Amino acid sequence: MALKIPAALYAQLRQHGEATYPHECCGVLVGEFDEAGGKLVRSVVPCGNTRTDSLANRYHISPSELVRVQREALLTGRDIVGFYHSHPDHPARWSATDLAEAHWTGCSYVIASVENGRAVLTNSFLLLEQEEAKRFEDETLEVTMT
Amino acid sequence: MPIKVLIPTPLRPYAGKKSVIEVTAQTVGEALSDLVAKHPDLRKHLFSEDGKLRSFVNVYLNDEDIRYLEKDATPVKETDIVSIVPSVAGGL
Repeated sequence: MALKIPAALYAQLRQHGEATYPHECCGVLVGEFDEAGGKLVRSVVPCGNTRTDSLANRYHISPSELVRVQREALLTGRDIVGFYHSHPDHPARWSATDLAEAHWTGCSYVIASVENGRAVLTNSFLLLEQEEAKRFEDETLEVTMT
Repeated sequence: MPIKVLIPTPLRPYAGKKSVIEVTAQTVGEALSDLVAKHPDLRKHLFSEDGKLRSFVNVYLNDEDIRYLEKDATPVKETDIVSIVPSVAGGL
């Protein structure tokens, strides 16, 4: 099972992290789930980071944005398949805070490391199990040509 | 009256794998009650043991957070959409 993302959207996601550096960026991944449990990203939706009190090391997407993105996705036969955020000058691995604040089981959480303003490693993690036993599992991030 | 409730990805396994469920209600509270009556497995994922919505579960009536409306007592009409969206946050 993998998260597939077209190269142009992969670049868009990473560029968002570069644009907001040294602050964390965040957004939604909209696409489709396939029969085998994989996901295909069809659009990257940049969102505002409401943690204006701590932009360098915290992110939060307004639920009102999530509501709008979810509704519009469903109207077009698509779905929220995951989220992304950046780690300025920090590895592309989930933190204890990332796990504590993750609640979309079955979705991908993509983290883009941005060092000195340049996007470097980008990884994806699948959130498994329900709240009391939730955990992240490394997920293959497959960048496709189209 | 019948209204639609949008189910987020993490809750669909407990809602018959559906992304939209139609319920019968006059208020948001009744909509959620009808929802868990139809799909009892949803209850523990939406509500804590004291019967209140879990802190990371946001419920919207159209584009308004019910916390800033009349909460469970918020009235609904037929064209309304109730959306359930768990929070998305994190950081270093």
